Amino acid sequence: MKLEIALNGKAHQVELAQIGERLRCTIDGTPLEADAVQIGPGIYSILIDGESLEVRAEPDGGGLRVATGDQEWRAEIRDPRQWRRNRSGGSEAEGRQQVSAPMPGKIVRVLVRAGETVGAKQGLFVVEAMKMQNEIRSPKSGKVERLLVSEGQTVNAGAALAIIA
Amino acid sequence: MFRKILIANRGEIAVRIARACRDMGVRSVAVYSDADRCSLHVRLADEAYPIGPAPSRESYLVIDKVIGAARYAGCDAIHPGYGFLAENPSLARACVEAEIKFIGPTAEAMEKLGSKTAARHLAREVNVPTVPGTLDPIESADELIGIARKTGFPVVLKAVAGGGGKGMRSVERESELAAAWRDASSEAQNAFGDGRLYLEKYLLKPRHIEIQVLADQHGNIVYLGERECSVQRRHQKVIEEAPSPIMTPELRRQMGEAAVKLARAGGYTNAGTVEFLVDSERNFNFLEMNTRLQVEHPVTEMVTATDLVKLQMQIAAGERLPFAQEDVALSGHAIECRIYAEDPENNFFPSPGKILARRVPSGPGIRLDDGVYTGWTVPNDYDPMLGKLIACGSDRAEAIERLRRALDEYYATGIKTNVSLFREILATPDFQTGDIYTRWLDDYLREGRKFVTAGTGSDSKRAQSAALFAAALWHAGNGESAAHGAHECTPEPSRWKTEGRREQVDREPSR
Repeated sequence: MKLEIALNGKAHQVELAQIGERLRCTIDGTPLEADAVQIGPGIYSILIDGESLEVRAEPDGGGLRVATGDQEWRAEIRDPRQWRRNRSGGSEAEGRQQVSAPMPGKIVRVLVRAGETVGAKQGLFVVEAMKMQNEIRSPKSGKVERLLVSEGQTVNAGAALAIIA
Repeated sequence: MFRKILIANRGEIAVRIARACRDMGVRSVAVYSDADRCSLHVRLADEAYPIGPAPSRESYLVIDKVIGAARYAGCDAIHPGYGFLAENPSLARACVEAEIKFIGPTAEAMEKLGSKTAARHLAREVNVPTVPGTLDPIESADELIGIARKTGFPVVLKAVAGGGGKGMRSVERESELAAAWRDASSEAQNAFGDGRLYLEKYLLKPRHIEIQVLADQHGNIVYLGERECSVQRRHQKVIEEAPSPIMTPELRRQMGEAAVKLARAGGYTNAGTVEFLVDSERNFNFLEMNTRLQVEHPVTEMVTATDLVKLQMQIAAGERLPFAQEDVALSGHAIECRIYAEDPENNFFPSPGKILARRVPSGPGIRLDDGVYTGWTVPNDYDPMLGKLIACGSDRAEAIERLRRALDEYYATGIKTNVSLFREILATPDFQTGDIYTRWLDDYLREGRKFVTAGTGSDSKRAQSAALFAAALWHAGNGESAAHGAHECTPEPSRWKTEGRREQVDREPSR
């Protein structure tokens, strides 16, 4: 299985192959002297030349968050076998930004009106989740083109809240 | 001693209380909302009864339901934990009416000492120094501006019924006053059902140091040393330790005696905490009293070799304190981290969700008080604290070393946690030398995070290779289905798992 994996934006060619009992990983053409076992969902114990590393992998947005110890990377995986193209869809028109909910919660206050001009980092919404009120700020200065939620509404993580143009 | 205790709480503190009950041979009764049927406290208690829907206002905060469950189960006492109804005098009163012992102070003492404004009055009466500001709740916005000008900026607005930093705002200048008032008041109304606020002078770089007191029903009151709680984020304690790095025996005696004096003046019984702000000249000012068990009680337990929950039960049952002030000896050092389901890389947004995998630390000097397990979904409805990691050692340096080791061992996937923040804090020279104040962490986070820790010894190239290998395995295996919650506690074997491993490795247990 040949994959292209971008780790923090830098692309690597990774190949997985089964050799007898053993799983072989080749990175950028160099075979890795490593042994891997899966410990739990998304948890791998990897021994590289005797060094023991425990790696966690979990989906994060469209990609993967990979961490070991206190080091962490963002990984984007492209599988040439898969027909679906790399997700670059949903790109906004130049400069338009969608503000989405970073967590599930309830909109307790809408601080702006549609059509209003806002500054970067200006508060747009107050969302309550787990008893904490958090302010969601504008990613850029511009105009509130659309308000997609109202006070009292419950939203899921990732839900679109507003469009700033 | 009691036969059966109802625990009117959830999460790690409900688990903590259930464990104390088990130690003492007392039956424990959990209550749970619809969101908590699978929670650890329900699993660990001897009995458990539902008390309503997920919102706490319809379940954990409903006194009639709590009393009803206690009666139904035949409980002779109720432990309120912290938060929820713990500082609500109405529950203490309802317990008296129902002839069930409330494990805490009387309603009257709670009103005298738990109300921030009444406690400030009392402290003035008995000559315990207080932070400058109002002694009574502020009635109107007009009054507020006048008082703020008179006190001088910066000031801090606090909820009369408050605690845990909720309904609290610091205000640098007059133009921010109205918005802060609005936010703090609505937050207090939501959290405590009481939107009233009072005002205090915001002291420059004070330390938050609190004294643990214990008072039995026979007039004996002792203090169990102090806890330093100056590492806070937006007025929420993040790290607590005992003893305080700046404490001297003389200052401890003065603060301890002031705390005891206040507790005695308020007719206090059971465990309580008297909070002080201490300035750079080591002057202390009374801040407020928490008329309940504190989140950070374990650090005191570790350095005084006591079990505060057990002592609370003994006191409520009418027993005498088993030791006097001169028997209280401090030994070693303990530090606690509050582990939250929140994302330190994204403005500390809460990160509820299902815990897919978890590795918990253990070993010398480590105690983990938590209320979660692998496969459990952290609900959206409550405070996102998962639990507390406590490290102790013979001195502060050893406690820090052990805590760092334990933090390196800890991870949870499926949710985000603030564990990386603690590694970072522990690596700062300020924390290592104990040079901290209540706004230290907010300043540190705002000024940029300079002390990102070095890796845990693994060469970065190798770690990168491991990351790539793991990412490929995740893609090839069951990663995607795991991510969508297809697995409960037992992951189904991936097709690589069986082929890829040479030796049988046991799945890691969740505790």
